[in-house]
Amino acid sequence: MNNVRDNKRANKSLPFFFRTEFKVFFAIILVSTILLISTFSFDTVPPILNRGIQPATFPKGLLVLIIALTSIIYYLSFKKPWKKEKSLPRPFFLTILSFIIFIIISKTLDFFLAISVLSIFVSYYWGERRIFYLLLVSIIFPLVVFIFFEMILGLRFPPGIITNLYYY
Amino acid sequence: MMAPLFSSKLLLVLLFGTLFGLVLGVLPGLGPTTGGALILPFTMTLDPLSAIILLTSIYCAGTYGGAITAVLINTPGTPAAAATCLDGYPLAQKGEAGRALGMATVSSTVGGIFSVIVLVFFAPVLANLAYEFGQPEYFALAIFGLTMLASIGDGSPIKNLIAGAFGILISTVGKDFMTSIDRFTYGINELSVGIGFIPVVVGLFAISEMLTQSTLLDQVFKRVALKAVKLPSKDDYKKTWKTILRSSGIGSFIGVLPAEGGTVASLIGYSEAKRFSKNPEEFGKGSVEGIAGAEAANNAATGGAMVPTLALGIPGSATTAVILTGLIIHGVRPGPDLFKEQPEFLYGIFGAMLVANVLFFIFGFFGAKIFARITLVPNKILWPMIFAVSVCGTYSLSQSIIDVWIMLFFGVLGFFMRRYGFSVVPVIIGLILGELVEGTLRQSIVIFDGNWLMFLTRPIALTFFILSLIALAFPLIRSKKNKKII
Repeated sequence: MNNVRDNKRANKSLPFFFRTEFKVFFAIILVSTILLISTFSFDTVPPILNRGIQPATFPKGLLVLIIALTSIIYYLSFKKPWKKEKSLPRPFFLTILSFIIFIIISKTLDFFLAISVLSIFVSYYWGERRIFYLLLVSIIFPLVVFIFFEMILGLRFPPGIITNLYYY
Repeated sequence: MMAPLFSSKLLLVLLFGTLFGLVLGVLPGLGPTTGGALILPFTMTLDPLSAIILLTSIYCAGTYGGAITAVLINTPGTPAAAATCLDGYPLAQKGEAGRALGMATVSSTVGGIFSVIVLVFFAPVLANLAYEFGQPEYFALAIFGLTMLASIGDGSPIKNLIAGAFGILISTVGKDFMTSIDRFTYGINELSVGIGFIPVVVGLFAISEMLTQSTLLDQVFKRVALKAVKLPSKDDYKKTWKTILRSSGIGSFIGVLPAEGGTVASLIGYSEAKRFSKNPEEFGKGSVEGIAGAEAANNAATGGAMVPTLALGIPGSATTAVILTGLIIHGVRPGPDLFKEQPEFLYGIFGAMLVANVLFFIFGFFGAKIFARITLVPNKILWPMIFAVSVCGTYSLSQSIIDVWIMLFFGVLGFFMRRYGFSVVPVIIGLILGELVEGTLRQSIVIFDGNWLMFLTRPIALTFFILSLIALAFPLIRSKKNKKII
């Protein structure tokens, strides 16, 4: 029982900058502050045209609210530390990597090819080894989706090495 | 009410929507919100009524579908079915899966039909009341909707509010609608039109769930065998009819409240069923009252949530936020004028929801065994397919590759939000209410000549502000009692 409790509250024994609550607090405050600073560079409306408040006022208010609420949850976490999360497994990082590969391929080579590569990559690293199912998720299904969107919705996909074969 | 439905095309749409909704509900991690967002681009080929009928039937059937997985594999197909696991699975383990699913099917259908009746009678009343609303009242109402986010689900109220504020912040990206000044665009032209609703929803729900599934690959589901769904016995009816009616009332009421939805309704429905039960000790061990309490409430929330969506343009839940987007995409502006100008459109929706409830009863009763088999599709095949549909669906709306990247960004963000206890639903509600909040605030300030205190001179606005304070205070007090503020 004690082991379970210790494990759940293990976060408390870490230095403050390694604790989950600090990392979350720091990330939110950092992003909010950068966004808040950027609101000061928004154009302003001359007083004669200004109706109500300036365009930057509302986002500024929201960002201040987010910073204030985040500070509250961080303060409260001293009284009740958050549970320590399990470390993320390898397939998670491979899935994130596949997203990055998807972006690169869709930008440089082909949108359809990017979907196929991601599908086969994810399916394989998630444990699928059967050739038919790998082909199903990477070629057959994306092709069906492509044709469906192209024929029924009249959608034109961005040009690329494979998509051009279909269009031209 | 049913007349607009007597067309083979609409009936076909309804049939497809119900079946598709059931499939989505059965698959853990998907559900009517994600499914609705994924199918939204496809609705562009349909007329407005067919499109909204498709979305509402997915909503009704998807909410029920979650119960099948909850009972058979102890994993709620949708968050709204979480309370159903508590008694559904223990009853199934006793070899009574058919009885558990029968009770879930009957109570869901009764709850759903009850809520449609509430919708038919209550939505026009609320719409009439909305004629009294000016900009300050709409602002106060939107604030009330946002403060209700504090009590969404079982999460931390403060984290929910942060997520809600973040959702509103996303809505400010792009050209300011009053002055055309760029905000948070950083020179990227595509961002001038703002961040679309669909990339955010698909990212936060589908892609973040894909990432979640990547962390659960070693999880093994123990599936309970199901022979056939059984109608509840006379004894079960005697035991549960009061619970079903009570939960139907609770679910409809919770649904009407802006931003609340089936998840909150089912938790309250379940706990009230336990409180009023003569045998509370049976709860958690396979009580049919527990199943009835949770299932009647979550399906009753569907009709309830449509009330503010149609009458005021304020979503009653995450899925109705998708339906609201569907309405807007198809050029239908929800609000009091809709009731005056297009009553046949509304009656078509009401009738479709009624029929969808009957249809999922039939499909659930005779096809639960088949739907349960869908859970056997391995994630390593299912999720790459969902990814392909998500990418193409997101791209199709504005034919912009930036939208796909935004979807991926929100997918990763949504994963970390959920990992650290932030619900993603408030982001969706905040995003959809953002423009209303800012627009009505700025117009009110113009009306009041900069005097903010004038808000307090408007009785309806003042009432909403008081309700907002109560909505904020209630979960904080409750959390303090349970020591769950963070």
